[in-house]
This record gives sequence, structure tokens and C-alpha cells, in this order.
Amino acid sequence: MPEKVLLVDDEKDFLEVMAERMAARGIEVSTASSATEAIRLAEKESFDAIIVDLMMPEMDGIEALKLLKKKKPETQVILLTGHATLEKGIEAMKLGAVDFLEKPADMNQLTKKIKKAHAHKMMVVEKQIEEKMKKIMGLKGW
Amino acid sequence: MNTTLQKNKDTGLLFFGKVTASVTHDVKNSLATINENAGLLTDYAAMAARGKPLDPERVNALAVRIMDQVKRADALLKNMNRFAHSVDDSLKKVDLNEILQLLAALSVRFAAMCETTLDVRASSDPVEIETSPFGLLNALFLCLEFAMAAAGRGRSIDLRPEKTATGACVHFGPLPDAVISDQDPCLAASIDARLVKNTEAGTLTLIISDR
Repeated sequence: MPEKVLLVDDEKDFLEVMAERMAARGIEVSTASSATEAIRLAEKESFDAIIVDLMMPEMDGIEALKLLKKKKPETQVILLTGHATLEKGIEAMKLGAVDFLEKPADMNQLTKKIKKAHAHKMMVVEKQIEEKMKKIMGLKGW
Repeated sequence: MNTTLQKNKDTGLLFFGKVTASVTHDVKNSLATINENAGLLTDYAAMAARGKPLDPERVNALAVRIMDQVKRADALLKNMNRFAHSVDDSLKKVDLNEILQLLAALSVRFAAMCETTLDVRASSDPVEIETSPFGLLNALFLCLEFAMAAAGRGRSIDLRPEKTATGACVHFGPLPDAVISDQDPCLAASIDARLVKNTEAGTLTLIISDR
């Protein structure tokens, strides 16, 4: 099954070309040019990884990360930014981002990180299902 | 060094840092797009090597996109270079039309972050004034920051220069419902300027004296 990725950036040319390159690598890509649009899409669909630009109008990447993790804790967010600082990187990781990359990113490296995020998400989801099952079994007394 | 002078230098350094960070961020965005387009070309080359025919139109579209981004990065760096040279002379004759165009270009990202658009209403004649170019840009930037915050999201701000008997001025507006405090949001004094707030008209005006 192909990895499903949501790419969020206010640079439309960047979005288009990244989406085409990822698709050529067998990744199913959706795009959003704002954090608000990304959150709306993430509520409707499930993505293996969401790649978010740090600096965007309306809502920045950190705020988007907080909201995405709040709404769907299993979401795997990778922050991709033009100006990576150590402080922002630490802040993002503390908030639950799985990675923090600086633009221009290496496509092979990014693809590896997406596959890793996909595997991690599968694990998290399996754990969530296991816990739900345990809860149901406990309630029913089986 | 007296406190006011030190404060002006600190504010100037902060302004220089802010603008540099913003411009370099945009240059990196441009480089990232160029990088991905070049990467896509190598993807096409690899596909062609495996027997998939190259679409000349697609290749041409990528080349155009790369050229557009090079133009964008070049314009960003030209503006950054002009800005860096604003510290060369402590006193120089400048045209406010040109200074405001430069200020607007340097502030595009800040405006986008505030979801504001900037419109320089340049005068048909030069609006010349002898002043400190860097000090003037700094004062104008602080006024603009204040105006963007006061205007609120989704608004457009006009920047209009005007010649006066003793120098020149720049109007920022419209700022409807803006709460303009008594505290000057700029280093007006450092360039012999003063700030006039017209709450009724919803404008902020920086009046600059010719030195």
C-alpha cells in the first residue's frame, strides 16, 4: 500500500513540484497551501505523514502541529523549513513532531523519513486498537 | 554612550536582523523550489534512460519555473544589497518614492504573515529629502509594523509620500478603528522626525525634516 502524505506549504510552486516528485516515488500526495486547509483535510482523511512548512501566514507550522496532534494524536508530523533554528527544532520535537528538516531537503532522505513515519504510525494505530480491544473485553467481562 | 544612542543602535541592529532573516528565508524558499525542479529534471532523465519518452513541453515548463525562481531570488538579493548599503552614508539625499518601494519589497513577508497587502502610492515627482537612509528605513519600518498591527488582518495599507515646506512626510493608512497610543512606535527623534496620529482620519504620518 502506498504511503499517504499531506504536504503543507504556502509556496505553491514548491508544493507542485514536491507533489510530482513524491508521486513518482509511489507516494500518494495531497497538498494544502495553508495550515487551516491542512487541518480540514486531516480531519476528513487519514495520512501516514504530514509535512508542514514552519513559517506560513494565518497559522504557523508550530501552531498547526499543536492542533494536528490535539485532534489526531497518531498524526506523524515532519516540519520542513527555510530557516531551521535549534530552538524551533527542539520545540517541534517536544510538541511531538517526528522530524525537523531544513529546505532544500534531500528527496531520498525525505522519502526515508516518510516511510519511517508510516511504519511508526502503523505501530501507534495497532497499539490504539489493542487498547480499545482490552477496554471492550474488560467491559464485557470476557 | 548615552542611553538613547544605545537604544537607537540596539533597535537598528534588531531591524537589520529582522530584515536579513526574512529575506534569507525567502531566498531559501526560492532555492528549495529550484532544487526540487532540478531534481524533477533528473527524475525525467532517469525515466528517459529507462525508455519513457521525454515531453519537451514539460521540460520547458520546468526550465521556465527555474528561471522565474532565479529572477525572484535575484530581486530579493538586489533589495537586500540596497538595504545593506543604506548604512554607507549617515546623511544622504534620498527619494521617498524609492525608499518606500524598497521598504515595501523588504516587508513583503512580514505583510504576508499579517495577511496585509502594501500599496506604495508613489508621487509622480521625486520626493527628495536629506537624511540618514538607514535611520529613515528603520523609522518607516517601525511605523509600518505598528500600522499593520493596528489595521488588522486582511487589510491593505497605503504608503504615501508627500513633500512639505520643511522636508517631507509619509502617510500610513487607512487605519480605521485603530487605537493609536501616545507612545511613538518609532525612532522618529533620531532622524529629526515626528509622528502625527490622526485618529479621525485613521492615518499615521511620519513628518521628516530636511537636514
